[in-house]
Amino acid sequence: MSQLASLTFYHNDDARPVIDAILADNPGVQVLNMPGAVKLDREGEIVIKRASVEERLGRPWDPQEIHLILISMAGNLDEDDDRFSVSWKH
Amino acid sequence: MSVKKLGLKQRYAHMTRGLDWETTYQPMDKVFPYDSFEGIKIKDWSAWEDPFRLTMDSYWKFQAEKERKLYAVIDAFAQNNGQTGITDGRYANVLKLFLTGISPEEYQAHRGFAFAGRHLRGVGPRVAAQMQSLDELRHIQTQIHTISHYNKYFDGIGEFPHMHDRVWYLSVPKSFFDDARSAGPFEFMIAIGFAFEYVLTNLLFVPFMSGAAYNGDMSTVTFGFSAQSDESRHMTLGIEVIKFLLEQHPDNLPIVQKWVDKWFWRGHRVLGLVAMMMDYMLPKPVMSWKEAWQIYYTEAGGALFQDLARYGLRPPKYADIATAEAEHISHQNWAIFYQYTHAAAFHTWAPDAKHMDWLSEKYPNTFDKYYRPRWEMWNQMAKEGKRFYNMALPQLCQCCQIPMGYTEPGDPTTICFRSSQYKGETYHFCSDGCKDIFDAEPEKFVQSWLPVHQIFQGNCGGATIPDVLNYYRLANGADNMDYVGSPDEKLWNEWQADKLKTAV
Repeated sequence: MSQLASLTFYHNDDARPVIDAILADNPGVQVLNMPGAVKLDREGEIVIKRASVEERLGRPWDPQEIHLILISMAGNLDEDDDRFSVSWKH
Repeated sequence: MSVKKLGLKQRYAHMTRGLDWETTYQPMDKVFPYDSFEGIKIKDWSAWEDPFRLTMDSYWKFQAEKERKLYAVIDAFAQNNGQTGITDGRYANVLKLFLTGISPEEYQAHRGFAFAGRHLRGVGPRVAAQMQSLDELRHIQTQIHTISHYNKYFDGIGEFPHMHDRVWYLSVPKSFFDDARSAGPFEFMIAIGFAFEYVLTNLLFVPFMSGAAYNGDMSTVTFGFSAQSDESRHMTLGIEVIKFLLEQHPDNLPIVQKWVDKWFWRGHRVLGLVAMMMDYMLPKPVMSWKEAWQIYYTEAGGALFQDLARYGLRPPKYADIATAEAEHISHQNWAIFYQYTHAAAFHTWAPDAKHMDWLSEKYPNTFDKYYRPRWEMWNQMAKEGKRFYNMALPQLCQCCQIPMGYTEPGDPTTICFRSSQYKGETYHFCSDGCKDIFDAEPEKFVQSWLPVHQIFQGNCGGATIPDVLNYYRLANGADNMDYVGSPDEKLWNEWQADKLKTAV
């Protein structure tokens, strides 16, 4: 059975570089646009790489800044200084 | 020489561990008296991990930033008379139900997590419960601040804390949290942290708040998503607590399973209010309850319970019934409020032809067959001056406290009744799910404060409807009855007329 990892963000300028980084780094990610929010789903795992976000944002980015734009999630979360992921893998 | 900065994982370890101590002049069991009676066995509290690794200093920093953003929007909304830009005056009724029925539960959650934070012995969960307790207090504050602007114009809002403790339908969410808060700290964490926050809260805050955005309510969507950005942290706490309990001792599994079954079903019943908000109360609907259930329970819950199966945990009992009910529940709930509009602190209306077509499209299996004919009949009766009101006080379910208006699984034309005997008395239930919960804890649920029973016992201001409305502080003729003909509608129409005049 399918196990979707999922992240939902505000649909705003702060979130856009993060959403773009996810789209670039996670092949096959599905996008559900809702008024005011964007839900990203992918089988098994979604990863956000700090370097990818910084490349798009043009400034240093702390993965904990995700608290300002994240609305919801599904999956087991793992976070360190360089990446943030939700995953159903063990 | 440069000092090497600590990594996130090390920082978290340093700032959340070793903050506690072994007591010396009192035994630990007396300091933490509530964390053993539920039968949960913990071998190693230090195995607790907060995957967000959020420390208090970062917590304050991020929360302050969120507040600054939110209050800028609330101010802008008020300064620019945002209330005149919502899709329709009917929309405000969603906010009335939200503030009277949901915001007070944020406060209950605040109290509950403060209790859990005090009474759980491990420092990791105590820090996490403390943050969540503060979050929940922030949520009710921001909700009151946001909706207070609407209170300047619309009826039914000003007495929300008084109403919450008395009004018949508000006893549904109130009793849900009373039940959780009067349980032990571990059951509370599974009830609210796991079953409500992880499994069900998305259904409330994501599609519904998206609906607020779609209906021009910039202030509500902003508090909603700002709250929900805390929820993602709460969700990780919920999933962490269940994994932690299941990893600590195999004896915990049956206890946790019982709580998952109970709180899934109780949450499902409470969220029936949200189902009708999404399907009937948003002038521009954004997603049906059935679609939301598919995304947030069937898909997301499916992935979650597949993951938890490695501990022997199975999906909640009656999840299949709840999924089948997603075809019916909003239609049955809104019909109850339509019939009892004289006793509700918000306005009701029957769906118009266009809205019914949307419901037909979203509910091809059920709407035209079971629910459209009833709305068409009620619309016809209203047109003939015989608007239908149900003047009998309904029987309530002893567990969820909802009027017994739900139908048998697999037979939407027969009302579902269940009952149990306890110490010579008969107790009534809307479903097998609610009956099972009572049967497991009858001593608790015989004490339910059932609004209809209380009216009959003379505890609610008197025997007539005006007496009871007075006891509710519900302004008869302003707060209640249909939207059409209400002071809200009159005001809304004046705003629209002003806009047209200005345009000319």
